[in-house]
Amino acid sequence: MSTAPIRFDPRVLRAPHPVPGAPDNWRRFFTFNTDAKVIGIQYIALALLFLLVGGLLAMIMRGELLTPPADLIDPTVYNGLYTMHGTVMLFLFLFPILNGFNNLLIPPMIGAPDMAFPRLNALAFWMFPLFGVILMASFLVPGGPASSGWWAYPPLSTQNPLGLLVNGQFLWILAVAISGVSSILGAVNFCTTIMRMRAPGMGWFRLPIFCWTALAAQTIQLAGLPVLTAGAVMLLFDLSFGTSFFRPEGGGDPMLYQHFFWFYSHPAVYVMVLPVFGFFSEIFPVYARKPLFGYHVVAIASFGIVLLSLIVWVHHMFTSGTPQWMRHLFMVTTMLIAVPTGIKVFAWLATLWRGKLWLTTAMLFAMGGVFNFIFAGITGVMLATVPVDVHVGNTYFVVGHFHTVIFSTITFGVYAAIYHWFAKFTGRMLYEGLGKVHFLLTFLAAQLNFLPMHWAGLMGMPRRVAAYDPEFALANVLASLGAFLLGVATIPFLLNLVSSWVRGARAPANPWQAIGLEWLLPSPPPAENFEHDVPTVISAPYGYGLGHPLVADQERYEARLQEA
Amino acid sequence: MAESLLGGSTGPGSGGLPELAAGRHPEGPESRPDEPGGNSLGGHGGHGGHGGHNLTGFVIFLASESLIFAALFAAYIVFKRSSPLWLPPGVEGLEVREPLINTLVLVSSSGVAWLAERALHRRQLGRFRLWWLLTMAMGSWFVLGQAREWMGLPFGLADGVFGACFYLLTGFHGLHVISGVLLMALMLWRSFQPGNYDGGEAGVTAVGLFWHFVDVIWIVLFALLYLWQDR
Repeated sequence: MSTAPIRFDPRVLRAPHPVPGAPDNWRRFFTFNTDAKVIGIQYIALALLFLLVGGLLAMIMRGELLTPPADLIDPTVYNGLYTMHGTVMLFLFLFPILNGFNNLLIPPMIGAPDMAFPRLNALAFWMFPLFGVILMASFLVPGGPASSGWWAYPPLSTQNPLGLLVNGQFLWILAVAISGVSSILGAVNFCTTIMRMRAPGMGWFRLPIFCWTALAAQTIQLAGLPVLTAGAVMLLFDLSFGTSFFRPEGGGDPMLYQHFFWFYSHPAVYVMVLPVFGFFSEIFPVYARKPLFGYHVVAIASFGIVLLSLIVWVHHMFTSGTPQWMRHLFMVTTMLIAVPTGIKVFAWLATLWRGKLWLTTAMLFAMGGVFNFIFAGITGVMLATVPVDVHVGNTYFVVGHFHTVIFSTITFGVYAAIYHWFAKFTGRMLYEGLGKVHFLLTFLAAQLNFLPMHWAGLMGMPRRVAAYDPEFALANVLASLGAFLLGVATIPFLLNLVSSWVRGARAPANPWQAIGLEWLLPSPPPAENFEHDVPTVISAPYGYGLGHPLVADQERYEARLQEA
Repeated sequence: MAESLLGGSTGPGSGGLPELAAGRHPEGPESRPDEPGGNSLGGHGGHGGHGGHNLTGFVIFLASESLIFAALFAAYIVFKRSSPLWLPPGVEGLEVREPLINTLVLVSSSGVAWLAERALHRRQLGRFRLWWLLTMAMGSWFVLGQAREWMGLPFGLADGVFGACFYLLTGFHGLHVISGVLLMALMLWRSFQPGNYDGGEAGVTAVGLFWHFVDVIWIVLFALLYLWQDR
């Protein structure tokens, strides 16, 4: 770096897309921009904001649960808190942040200039702030936010004691419906892009695993969300227009809602976890310097998960008066899910086996995520077993299990992805030291937070209660300390993101010596990635240590990066 | 140093800034040479927004949309077979004659739409407009007939699970018919733009597909609601 002042043409500062090496024009993130890379960062930044909101709600709840009686907040408020915590974390944090990664990663990874439908993409994004505001506004309406849990089971969710048309539950359904529309538009876009816009030579079995898993996850969105939408419309009609879909007194059936809800909302977990499996599959080969073990099987297993995910939903209803034959059937299908996921886990372990592990923050988060996922997988198989589920259903054991999935696996994967690709899409390096502090705190806090929940659940502590029996006190105090530590752990993370983006070291095109089309682009990539000079893919991905080039004429693409 | 910061790496032969100023933007004119005009569906984009992509995206969307109907049909079947209270008191069943005429009009409009598409394929723009307008008229007839039926019915949305199902199913389908007619109006308007269909008729194909979809849904709906009346 020379010490001479750097001069820019002022037009660069107003560019609607990033220009490699130039200061970022942050204003473009507040416009209706159709560039997938801008939309990706918009999604991720706003989703991280909602992570803080959801985390704050969680810490208030854990504050309440420090002591057995309901002394900090009113139990009614507590009901609203857990409902909103779940809704915010799923619909305003995880779905959007993963859509952000789809936007950032899919086009560069397949050599496409942008999404298939850029305007539709921007439209789908701008629904996110809309339903975010609607959901947050429900804190301000009379009667407070929705309080029937994130499942919104009737008859609890169809109560409207104040008789107002606009109530917390109404806004909740509205927000979820808009989120659903946005997700379907996004899914159409992602699927079309992956199916039709791959670089020359990139057949299905040269597609990076992240794109496989994104396609699988979006297939679930397309298959499951319509069913949830149908259920949500019926619920809205019951709540607001006096229909009887789920009211027994009018001939309706509340169980049907549970079927509709879980038909989508169980696969929804796979919508979130599949892209994270993609992150793991991308990250391990880079930092183990080995090809991904069993690439074909790992790719196909994603769709095995899709198929199975659509026939497991009744395991959430084992204690809802489900007939015995259904319990048996869905116990078996649920356990079968362990096969494709197990295949993936073994493939990752085999990838790491005897590799030269480079323990960057991204690698640490990915390994920590897989570690936690194995634990969550074991408790998942336990919960799939009808006798165990009848015993621990609706206890903290379930809460512990899915937080180990949602946070300790999925959010760990998201963190890993941020540390891995931040340099590529911002052009700045994150500080590794702060990153490792973040990892260490998060890993310890997650165990402290979620492990005692399993214990409390096995002892019989029910979920969704503001007050509990004193015998559960120790487990709850530990979990609460873990939750507060988790809150503290985000401080180095946020500090790292902001300070690195503002004044971090400039990132080279390929800081991790990774193999992949996105690493043949400058950091950050220009507006249309390769534009008209799309490379021809000539070999399978993850060719670490094999010595053959990924694309035809690779030297030319690399030389161009050297010039820049 | 400064020059390299200005983005010398945006591509071979790129001049950094001039290119930026020239607007190498997603909507750049030079990046959409082979894009057909009739792709108003699903937010067409500049680069990469080929008609083929639009059709792919639209078919994916329709497949997903059909599952909403599948879910609603499933709910209807479950309720009809298991609900202890079905028809509201005083209601014997649904009148079939007029809905049947409506059904025949809607189903045959699919054939008319096909004739319109064929005319466009053969570059007979006048005939296309004629058949297309007839399809729109038949669709509108269906919606009006549906509205007439709604107003004459002795039960409402809040009358038990039957009333709720009837109005939700027919209303949701009716919204699709109205959307279809509006989309056809848009395509008709586009047909008056010179040279609009030179590169293909992806928009018309997509709307035609949508119309057949709406028809097929109605056939299932008619069978479930009107033909399967005894329990």
